[in-house]
Amino acid sequence: MKYIDEYRDPQAVLSCAAAIREAVSQPWTIMEVCGGQTHAIVKYGLDELLPPQITLIHGPGCPVCVTDAAILDKAHQIAARPEVIFCTFGDMLRVPGTRTDLFQVKAAGADVRVVYSPLEAVEIAALSPGREVVFFAVGFETTAPANAMSAHQARQRGLTNFSLLVSHVLVPPAIEAILRSPGSRVQAFLAAGHVCAIMGTREYEPLANRYKVPIVVTGFEPLDIMQGVLMCVRQLESGRHEVENQYARAVRSEGNRQAQDLISRVFSVQPRHWRGMGSIEASGFGLSDQFRAFDALERFGPLETPGRESGECISGLIMQGLKKPADCPAFGLRCTPETPLGATMVSNEGACSAYYRYRT
Amino acid sequence: MNPPSDFQPACPAPLQGGRVTLAHGGGGRLMHNLVREVFAAAFNSSADHDGAVTQVPAGRIATTTDGYVVRPMFFPGGDIGSLAVHGTLNDLAMCGARPLCLSAAFIIEEGTEIEVLRRIARSMAAAAQSGGAAITTGDTKVVERDSGDGVYITTAGVGLCEHNLEIHPRSIREGDVLLLSGDIGRHGMAVMGARENLSFESSLQSDSQCLWPAVRSLLEAGIDVHCLRDLTRGGLATALAEFARTAGVEIELEEEAVPVLPAVRAACEFLGLDPLYVANEGRFVAVVPPRQAQAALIALRRTPEAEGAVVAGTVRAQRPGQVSLRTRMGTLRNLPMLSGEQLPRIC
Repeated sequence: MKYIDEYRDPQAVLSCAAAIREAVSQPWTIMEVCGGQTHAIVKYGLDELLPPQITLIHGPGCPVCVTDAAILDKAHQIAARPEVIFCTFGDMLRVPGTRTDLFQVKAAGADVRVVYSPLEAVEIAALSPGREVVFFAVGFETTAPANAMSAHQARQRGLTNFSLLVSHVLVPPAIEAILRSPGSRVQAFLAAGHVCAIMGTREYEPLANRYKVPIVVTGFEPLDIMQGVLMCVRQLESGRHEVENQYARAVRSEGNRQAQDLISRVFSVQPRHWRGMGSIEASGFGLSDQFRAFDALERFGPLETPGRESGECISGLIMQGLKKPADCPAFGLRCTPETPLGATMVSNEGACSAYYRYRT
Repeated sequence: MNPPSDFQPACPAPLQGGRVTLAHGGGGRLMHNLVREVFAAAFNSSADHDGAVTQVPAGRIATTTDGYVVRPMFFPGGDIGSLAVHGTLNDLAMCGARPLCLSAAFIIEEGTEIEVLRRIARSMAAAAQSGGAAITTGDTKVVERDSGDGVYITTAGVGLCEHNLEIHPRSIREGDVLLLSGDIGRHGMAVMGARENLSFESSLQSDSQCLWPAVRSLLEAGIDVHCLRDLTRGGLATALAEFARTAGVEIELEEEAVPVLPAVRAACEFLGLDPLYVANEGRFVAVVPPRQAQAALIALRRTPEAEGAVVAGTVRAQRPGQVSLRTRMGTLRNLPMLSGEQLPRIC
C-alpha cells in the first residue's frame, strides 16, 4: 500500500533511530499528542529503538478518553429513550459513564447502532421518519468536517428527526493547558497530523513562540513518528522552537479550507469540560446558533447527569503526561478492559489500553 | 363431493417459491414436506427416522458441535450453510479425525424464503462432500418473525481418529515449530465488506473451506503433530493466546512471516482493525516438532487448502502463558487475547 509500506519499512525506521542517536546530546522529553501515535509507538516498540536520553510521554489526543463523563451520562439517557435510534462510532460503546456504558444500555433494549460515518446516521433518519435519530458527535478537529456535513445535509434534506449530541474538542487549547500546568515536563510536541490536515499548522505558531517549544506536525506510521522525533531533537539541540511539518504528504500550512468553512458554519468554539483534565476555555466545538435546531441536548434536555468519574482513575494525569499507566495502582488489577475505571483503558487510542494490550 | 382422480392427500406441494410459515414448524405435513424436499433431498439422506446409524471401525472417535449465526447469510466465498459444515468438519480435522457424519439443526425465522433454504441446503451438501462426510440427521424449528435472524444452524459431527497421536495443546513442547496454513483475515473482511452499511467495495472472498485434506496430508506424511487449531473468531492471535495459556508455554510469532493479502490489509487499515484478530474459516496452525518442520511444510503445501503455508513462529519456555510478537522493526511485544470484539475506531 502506497504511503503505508514505505513508512513501515524497518530499514528506514532503524536508520532514522540511528540519526536520532547521533543528534542527541542530552535528555529531552517529547509528548506525542495523538492517541493514534501512542498506539503506534507501543505497538511497534518504537520507544525501545530510541536512545535512553529521549523520553516520550503520551498526550491527551484520544477523543474517546477526554469525553466528559457527564456527556456520556447524557448519551446513555438519550439512547435509552424508546423513540431514539442512537448512532455512534464503535469506540464509544465500552466507555463508562457514571453508572453504565452504551453496551449495557443496548443490552437493556435501547436501539444503539454502530456507524462508520455520521452520514450513515443521516440516511437512517431519512429512512426512519417515526424515530428520532441521534448521532454522538465526538472527536477532535479531524472528525469535525464529517460531523458538520451530517447537520448540513440533514438541514438540506429537511430532516427534523436528526440531531447531534456534540462533544468536540480542540488540540491547541489542550497543548496550551499542558504547557501552563506547573508540573509539565514537556519540551517538544509531536502534533497530530490528521488534525492539521483539516486545520493547517498556523494556529500552532503562537504556541511555539510563546512557550518556546518545538512543535512538529507528525503522521502515524513508525517512520513518521521517528522522523518527527528526529526533527524535535534537532530543534531542541540547536535551541530552535518552530512549527515544522513532517507530515507534508497530508498537511498543508493552510489546511483544508473547504472543511474549515463547513466547520465554521455548523459549529462555534465553546468552553469544554475534558474528562480527567477539567474545564478548558474555548477548547471545543458546539453547534452554532444557526444549527441549534439539531442539538440533541436541546431536543431531549434537561437531563439529570451526575458525571462522576472513578476516584481511583488517574487518566487525567496520564493524559497530561504527568504519569504513565504503570504508575496507577489499579492498572491491570482493578482496572482492565473488562472492568475499566476510565476511558483510557477501553479506547482504541487510550494510553492505558495500549500498555495493557502490548506490554503486560 | 368426490375428489378429482389425481388428488394426492400427502402432497399439498406448497414449496414452490413461497416462504416459511409457523405452520412449517408445527410437526404436520408441511413440516415433513419441508424436511423431505429441501433438506433430505439435498443431503441425500432419509427423513424417515429421527436418528441415523453408521458403521464405524474400532478405535477412537472425535465429536464436536457448533452453532452458526452470520449476517449477511450469503457472502462472497460462502454462506451460512457452507460455514456451518466447514466449521464442524474443521473442528473434527483439528482432532486429526477423518469426518464421518454430521447432524444439522435449523432454527428458521417465519417468512424466510424457501428458496433461501434450498440454497443453504445445497451449499451444505457440497461442503460436506468436500470433507468426505455425510449429513445423516437433522431437525427444523420455526420461530416467529423477529424472534430470529433468518436462519440459525447448529451442526454436530463425528470423526474417526486413525492414528495414535494426542493432538492437543497439552502436547505442545518447548522448541516446537508453528506452521500457519495460509494468508489470514479474509473471511472476516469479506463478511464485513458484504454488510450493507459499509461503504467500501472489495473483491475479497471468504477463505471458508474444509481443512481435512490438509490435515490428512500431514498425518500421511508421518508428522508427529502435537497440536492443531483452526483460526475462527478472534483470529490467529486468539488461537495462539489459547495455546500459550493451556500449554503453559510462550509462543513467539514472527510478524514478517504472517501472510496478509493487500486487500485485507487495506480494509483493516481503513477500519482500524488488526488482521491478527480478524476471523478466518479456512486457516489453521499446526504445532510440530522442529526436526519435522520442513517435512510438515512440504506436506501442507502439497494440498490446495494449504498451498500458502509458512513457518510462523516457535514455542519457548521463557514467559509461560504469553504470546510475543517479533515486529518487523525487530522489537518484541505482547500479543494478548482481546477483551471483546474489535471495534472500528473514530479516526
